Amino acid sequence: MRELTYGEAAVEAVAEEMRRDPKIFYMSTDPIPSLLKEFGDGRIRATPIAEAALTGMAIGAAGSGFRPIVDWRQVTFGFVAMDQIVNQASKIHYMFGGQVRFPILYRAAVGGGTQLAAQHSQSPYSMFMNLAGLKMFLPSTPYDMKGLLKTAIRDNNPVISFESNRLMTRKGPVPDEDYTIPLGKADIKREGSDVTVVALAWLVHEAVAAAEELAQEGISIEVIDPRTLAPLDTQTIRNSVQKTGRLVVADEAGPTAGFSAEVAAVATEDAATFAQLKAPVKRVCALQVPIPYSPVLEDHVFPDRKRITAGIREVLGGGDS
Amino acid sequence: MSLSSKGLSPNLPPDTQREMLRQMLTIRRFEERASADYHAGKIYGVVHCYIGQEAVAVGVCAALNGDDRIISTHRGHGHCIAKGADLNRMMAELYGRQTGYCKGKGGSMHIADFGIGMLGANGIVAGGIAIVTGAGLAAQMEGNGGVAVSFFGDGASNAGPFHECLNIAATWKLPMVYVCENNLYAAQTTAASTQALNDVAARAAAYGIPGVIVDGNDIFAIYQATNRAVERARAGGGPTLIECKTYRWRAHTERKTQPDPRDKSEIEAWKQTDPIVRLERQLRDQGHLSDTERESMERDVMGALEAAVAFAEASPFPLPEQATEDVFSA
Repeated sequence: MRELTYGEAAVEAVAEEMRRDPKIFYMSTDPIPSLLKEFGDGRIRATPIAEAALTGMAIGAAGSGFRPIVDWRQVTFGFVAMDQIVNQASKIHYMFGGQVRFPILYRAAVGGGTQLAAQHSQSPYSMFMNLAGLKMFLPSTPYDMKGLLKTAIRDNNPVISFESNRLMTRKGPVPDEDYTIPLGKADIKREGSDVTVVALAWLVHEAVAAAEELAQEGISIEVIDPRTLAPLDTQTIRNSVQKTGRLVVADEAGPTAGFSAEVAAVATEDAATFAQLKAPVKRVCALQVPIPYSPVLEDHVFPDRKRITAGIREVLGGGDS
Repeated sequence: MSLSSKGLSPNLPPDTQREMLRQMLTIRRFEERASADYHAGKIYGVVHCYIGQEAVAVGVCAALNGDDRIISTHRGHGHCIAKGADLNRMMAELYGRQTGYCKGKGGSMHIADFGIGMLGANGIVAGGIAIVTGAGLAAQMEGNGGVAVSFFGDGASNAGPFHECLNIAATWKLPMVYVCENNLYAAQTTAASTQALNDVAARAAAYGIPGVIVDGNDIFAIYQATNRAVERARAGGGPTLIECKTYRWRAHTERKTQPDPRDKSEIEAWKQTDPIVRLERQLRDQGHLSDTERESMERDVMGALEAAVAFAEASPFPLPEQATEDVFSA
């Protein structure tokens, strides 16, 4: 099968959907050249750096029958649009009694590993998961990126596509034919029986690497990638934990009120899952600090396969050995 | 540029002029009833009354087509009525009933009717400006000559989205009309103490678009200014900023816990420029309104309002579990 990068898969998804549906248009600063060339500046709109306006304009255009895509680029740039995201996009369908649809895709790059420091490195998806009225996903592979993005563009609600900075140039197989991946469906990236590792984005790859190393010791790790953050596929997580009895959650965000906390609650508040737990849930997260610049500092802040391995050993009762 | 109609009607048929008066009267009576019912405990949360500013909503909307789109503010009843919203569903929404525009999920600050191009009252100051600018972009992309109108206050003119959107609309020549209702106060605070320029319209120069100051209690001046802006927008000339100098008679909200810091003499002086009395006088002077017609208009308006209240009172409350519906669209 041919290979695309994570970033290329996203652009291909947008292009295919734009060919399919003339109501889709795209707003971002510095448009993607291939899209601009194919669709022209009427549908691929170069905008001022005014995320609050663009985020809100997408709502009005969606309520008027269009299907806008707004690319915030870094999620941190989207923070200036918080009123439009929180007060408007997430609430408007509900507040108005569901009288019209608001099909909008917001794209936002997240995570670190890029030595761009705190204002260009963040994984704030749990801030958005806390809101009712938004769907959101964070893929770990080019295949998932394309399939989820296409589904999101066809969805009739505001959806945020969180996209990992670290994975942008990472390649993976993507079939030629049209396919979609449903929102709300986790993917078991590796089957195993001793410990469940729920991980996101880059940490899915780190978790799989950790699992391969541990397999040599006869330890069997199941790696689950939820892919969609909201709605979260709680059943796949619970089924896996009921099977393994042990849960490690790996996340590039800090732990406090984070995605990892949500996954821990999903496992522990369910009686059938809780009954099968053989060890406390372990979270392997970024340190609770703004992301620093110097590689030495940045690498210290983020979890990686070593810390995932240590977390796995901890839930197996093996301490640091 | 400053516009005044000098009391002259802009060649509008007498029926249209009387309809403008009827709409203004409907807004006023609706607001009086909403205020009374709020204080009687029949309407919840908060109500922001538009009384005194009726000429703006009606004058602007008179220059629009049915499929043109508008957006409103927390003080939104007038814009809804001027765009043609159903009084029954409006009142039912204020009463928190299932039959309301938002099924009881929005209340006074969130009435919307996308079917008539009313994109919603909006509880966040400046919150609607970007949304309706997106509707203007939609109108431009549709290519059917539609326009979109943003209603907002002097307070919103100091917020970021106002400036971001005027820049985008001017650059892309969006078919937009930005209507600032300058009622001299942002909530309790004077405009004079929060903005360096008295005239919001002066800011249009920064975006290279026309900025027009209008007597906001002179409905024909508002209508003419809007007409000119709408023509320009439909022809691809881009947006216009219209500032309507007006005044709200009642406090920022109906909540008694929020005192009204304004001088009584100031309020009384503005009441002397009542836009409804002015239009009525003009119609009478031109022989377009008899006592009988005026009385019959009052009866019709009150009849429609009583019917709306009766509809609201007879409507069921939502079921509690309906709180979980409508978070997402299918």
